[in-house]
Amino acid sequence: MIQQLIFAIVTIGAFVYAIKQFSKIRRNILLGQDEVIEGDSGQRIKNTLLIAFGQQKMFKRWIPAVLHLFIYVAFLFTQIELIEIFIDGLTGSHRFFSSILGGLYNFIISFIEILSVGAFIGTLIFLIRRNLLKLPRFHTDEMTGWPKLDGNLILYFEIILLIGIFSMNGADMVLQDRGLSHFANTGDFAVSGWLGPSLFSGLSEGALVGLERFGWWIHILMVYVFLNYLPSSKHLHIMLAFPNTYFAKLTPAGEMENMPAIMNEVKSMMDPEAAFSEDMSMEEELPEFGANDVTGLSWRDVLAAYTCTECGRCTSVCPANMTGKKLSPRKIMMDIRDRADEIGKNLDSGDLQFVKEELRAEAKELTAANYDDGKSLFDYISREEIHACTTCNACVEACPVMIRPVEPILKLRRYEILTESAGPSDWLPMFNSIENTGAVWQIPDARDKWRTEALNEQS
Amino acid sequence: MSNLNIPLMADVAAEGKTPEVLFWVGCAGSFDARAQKVTVAFCKILNEVGIDFAILGQEESCTGDPARRAGNEFIFQMTALQNIEVLNMYKVEKIVCTCPHCFNILKNEYPALGGNYEVLHHTQFLQQLINDGRLKMKEGGAFQGKKITYHDSCYIGRANGVYEAPRTVLESLDNQLVELKRSRKNGLCCGAGGAQMFKEDEPGNKRINTERSEEALASGAPIVAANCPFCITMLRDGVTAAGKQEDVMVYDLAELIVDNNGL
Repeated sequence: MIQQLIFAIVTIGAFVYAIKQFSKIRRNILLGQDEVIEGDSGQRIKNTLLIAFGQQKMFKRWIPAVLHLFIYVAFLFTQIELIEIFIDGLTGSHRFFSSILGGLYNFIISFIEILSVGAFIGTLIFLIRRNLLKLPRFHTDEMTGWPKLDGNLILYFEIILLIGIFSMNGADMVLQDRGLSHFANTGDFAVSGWLGPSLFSGLSEGALVGLERFGWWIHILMVYVFLNYLPSSKHLHIMLAFPNTYFAKLTPAGEMENMPAIMNEVKSMMDPEAAFSEDMSMEEELPEFGANDVTGLSWRDVLAAYTCTECGRCTSVCPANMTGKKLSPRKIMMDIRDRADEIGKNLDSGDLQFVKEELRAEAKELTAANYDDGKSLFDYISREEIHACTTCNACVEACPVMIRPVEPILKLRRYEILTESAGPSDWLPMFNSIENTGAVWQIPDARDKWRTEALNEQS
Repeated sequence: MSNLNIPLMADVAAEGKTPEVLFWVGCAGSFDARAQKVTVAFCKILNEVGIDFAILGQEESCTGDPARRAGNEFIFQMTALQNIEVLNMYKVEKIVCTCPHCFNILKNEYPALGGNYEVLHHTQFLQQLINDGRLKMKEGGAFQGKKITYHDSCYIGRANGVYEAPRTVLESLDNQLVELKRSRKNGLCCGAGGAQMFKEDEPGNKRINTERSEEALASGAPIVAANCPFCITMLRDGVTAAGKQEDVMVYDLAELIVDNNGL
């Protein structure tokens, strides 16, 4: 009874805290601008099934894809076991599903065990890859400190979880053999059926019961730790990969978003009559174009940042990055997330010092609308980084969860050029030339001089 | 060889006619000495097949691609809206481009501004001509059995998913296509896109075109086929920097066809 009570308290605590954390993430994502989702929802569902659920894009690299698949499938199927743990934990039953499912139960648990062995092997190889093999994409500048620890922590968690599962099942196997009534016969599980007896057969009954409980608690506690660790970890992708893939743009990767505000202004410049017909209020605040902060990006960009698993496939194929430039598409996404977290934390503090200066005297509470901490994304992302992008879309192609790092990069460029009137001075002659002569180069020749010459040449 | 005929849209329209297709030449095709050759080569093919086409000539302006990608939406909108005015005035329905950047922006980004056209990249157009039997390759041409490698440009490749059309065109030349290590979806950029062509590189330890040219040289093919004027410039620079400009030539697909058929 005490065990059930402790279980109920721990479970409620874990979920309450997790819900609080996840609602903060949701709030942070919605700091981004509203954006209407366009396009066929059938295609979106198909993408979600194939790319998120089916891991299609992971298989561009076979070895990590297979190892990741073990962990992923094991994770999915362990949820069945988890439901049982909830029921057992709250009611005090033992392996609740075994009496209902009969022979199928043995099959399911055995299947989970085999997957878990796969996940265990996958985890070990991932640890080796990450720490001993020194894969370049795991050892770039942005992969130090928390991101590095984060990448390893999850693998340690996974190992602890697997130890929990196998000590729980293994001890259970031995206890079943000894005919204890509480431990109903389920038949031998695929792995613990031999692993249990070979490791634990020498233990006393009391020790075995203790070990079974230890494994059971380790299992569920790791799940709760994981649940509450997710919001601050790159492993949030296990959830957000699905919405991110669903909401990902269906337009060709080469298509840049239009800016209707500027289009309309240019249209009215070109057509003086239109200028008068429109309501042009002079009191309006000067608009900001592009984005210099999370609040200027689309919520979709921020969702993408929280979805990023920091796998670095984008960075490893980025032509700028591989030739020593500072740009790393992964870092761009990580910076957006860090900045969103920073704004979120400050908003949570409620400290009025974060209210825009001009509104501070009258402000009663701190909101996303009146927020200004004097910082921006440019405190995280340097100009050099965004200037180095060739918009080649290699990062977009490489991302297994449909993130398009090019989009925020181009929005930052737009801010720099349109709002700050800054940017690389090299580009000025090109801008001037297009504006004045309609060509990218300042060339005095007529645009069709080549035609005249070609026609002359043959005559 | 038949006479070169490059009609101007204004002249064709003055006769009350509408050409089947508008050839969008682009800035590089108009002003860059190397790309001009591709422009003329493509015109020769259009003439050979008897395509009813025209160019805008001096009425054409930059599509605004580099300005937009640099972040300058104002310049882009100005030049794009002006182009759309001209294109709509001539009631243009179908456009073919020899530049993937022009192709991408006309096809994907002009519609939001009121410019709706069927837009093809010249490699797609050539593929159609070959498939329809309108363009026939001379047998035993200059490239028969020769090793040719192909560089996917980002803007018809990943940006628009066109990988097979240029390869079909190459195969029709009966040569031996050697794929680069990074090709199709994994193709490596030449370094020019995103308005990089118009500024100095950011600090780094290598130029992107050097990286790509080394890969092209490693293929051992004496001919590198490309489909973009900027890629051609970049790859040629890279090949020249490696001192291989005598051994390895960078051509546009249209030029290879002209060579093969002796146009």
